Amino acid sequence: MSTTLAFLGDFGDAFDYIFHSRESQAGGARVGGSELLPLLWTHLKVTGAAMGIAIAIALPIGLALGHTGRGAFATISVSNVGRAVPSIALIAFFVAFFPRTPEFWNVTVALALLAIPPILTNAFVGVRQVSRDAVDAARGMGMSGTQIVRSVELPLALPLIFGGIKTSTVNVIATATIAPLVGVLTLGDPIISGTVHGRAGQIGASIVVALLAVLAELALSAVQRAVTPTGVKLEKGASARASRLGTLKRRIQTVP
Amino acid sequence: MIELVFAQLQRRDRSGGDCVADNGICPDWIADNFDRYLDPFWQHVYLTLVSVAIGFAIAFALALLAHRRRWLAPPITQVTGILYTLPSVAVFFLLLPLTGRGNTTAIIALVAYSLLILFRNFMAGFDNVPDESKDAGRGMGLSYRQLLWQVELPLALPEIMAGLRIAVTTTVGLTALVFLAGAGGLGEALFADINFRSNVLVAGGLAVLLAVVLDLLILALQWALTPWMRARA
Repeated sequence: MSTTLAFLGDFGDAFDYIFHSRESQAGGARVGGSELLPLLWTHLKVTGAAMGIAIAIALPIGLALGHTGRGAFATISVSNVGRAVPSIALIAFFVAFFPRTPEFWNVTVALALLAIPPILTNAFVGVRQVSRDAVDAARGMGMSGTQIVRSVELPLALPLIFGGIKTSTVNVIATATIAPLVGVLTLGDPIISGTVHGRAGQIGASIVVALLAVLAELALSAVQRAVTPTGVKLEKGASARASRLGTLKRRIQTVP
Repeated sequence: MIELVFAQLQRRDRSGGDCVADNGICPDWIADNFDRYLDPFWQHVYLTLVSVAIGFAIAFALALLAHRRRWLAPPITQVTGILYTLPSVAVFFLLLPLTGRGNTTAIIALVAYSLLILFRNFMAGFDNVPDESKDAGRGMGLSYRQLLWQVELPLALPEIMAGLRIAVTTTVGLTALVFLAGAGGLGEALFADINFRSNVLVAGGLAVLLAVVLDLLILALQWALTPWMRARA
């Protein structure tokens, strides 16, 4: 009974930390409540910048490779290697090897690199799974390669493309939590600086980060549904297309 | 501020020439200090393997359940999907009042993360079993259980193993963060001296190497378990 109450108390205190600022455990500065807003802002800034860079790099490459059908092996390799590199190792690599670059940009570039593989893979698979008949019809109508990409392949690949962007965004939001380890004060700061923010700060900030990730997932899922062209039911058609893609589909994890 | 919090993580005692003082890449230092990385490495291996094994067992049980009662598949996917979305670092501290700091907390968070990947691949594997094979099995008089173990599971192996490979490599990466939950691992060694290039390369390199080796081992296991795939190729 007492343990139950104890952990309810921990979570109660954590909610109090989220909604009301208090004096820090070390004394002096105020923490929690509205003091979380600058941390949230940095968290969103890092996430936005990293996603912007990742999309700008991965999307055009994924579309081009998917359009030409070349580079399947390279795309799979990038996504496999990307999974194997721990996020903290990548951030540490940039901090250790580029000590003069501002920490914000070291973290942003590391997060962007983590975000690239899912976007690249999903854009590639998204374009490859577009029915060859549709592409042949477009070509027969006299469309150029660029026109085919823009008016046929891109719209039909949008659901998977947004799936990749969703996966990466949630992942980047989660990973930005460890940015305070190298001095970029995101929402992970109360978690990592436990002596300043206390247990309530650690649990409170964890709740906020978890909510942020779930909100991003829900919002981007809604966008993903909204951009699905009428008549394309991704879930229903996926298994039929999978057999055509054969081994390729088997080895590439698309939208988790 | 950071130093304060991680006072318990001793900064590595460093002695050596100019190279070490300059935070460089120092082969001599690496050779002399490599044994420092062995304990964190084995802790990393332990946490990864235990987490994936538990995750595999739970996902397998859930998949058998969803295979028998199809209506359970969407809710299981949704629940494991939420667990997958929750950032691991947040989960470590949300578990703090319940399981404290240490291996248990780390393993619960890692298992929670791997469930969606493994469950989805189990289901994808079952879906890809050709109806003809199942009909042939039923025609031979196999029971539900025999059909499952002798026809469906073997034919679903490629997807199941693909899921296992993804789960293992991502878990190796996430285990680099469990030092925040007080469970050590290569992440702790890495973070103990984050500006020293030799340290970052050795600790980070060992994590990547571990992921690659485990990935290849599963690939070899798959090769051994699916002789009929070889015959076809």
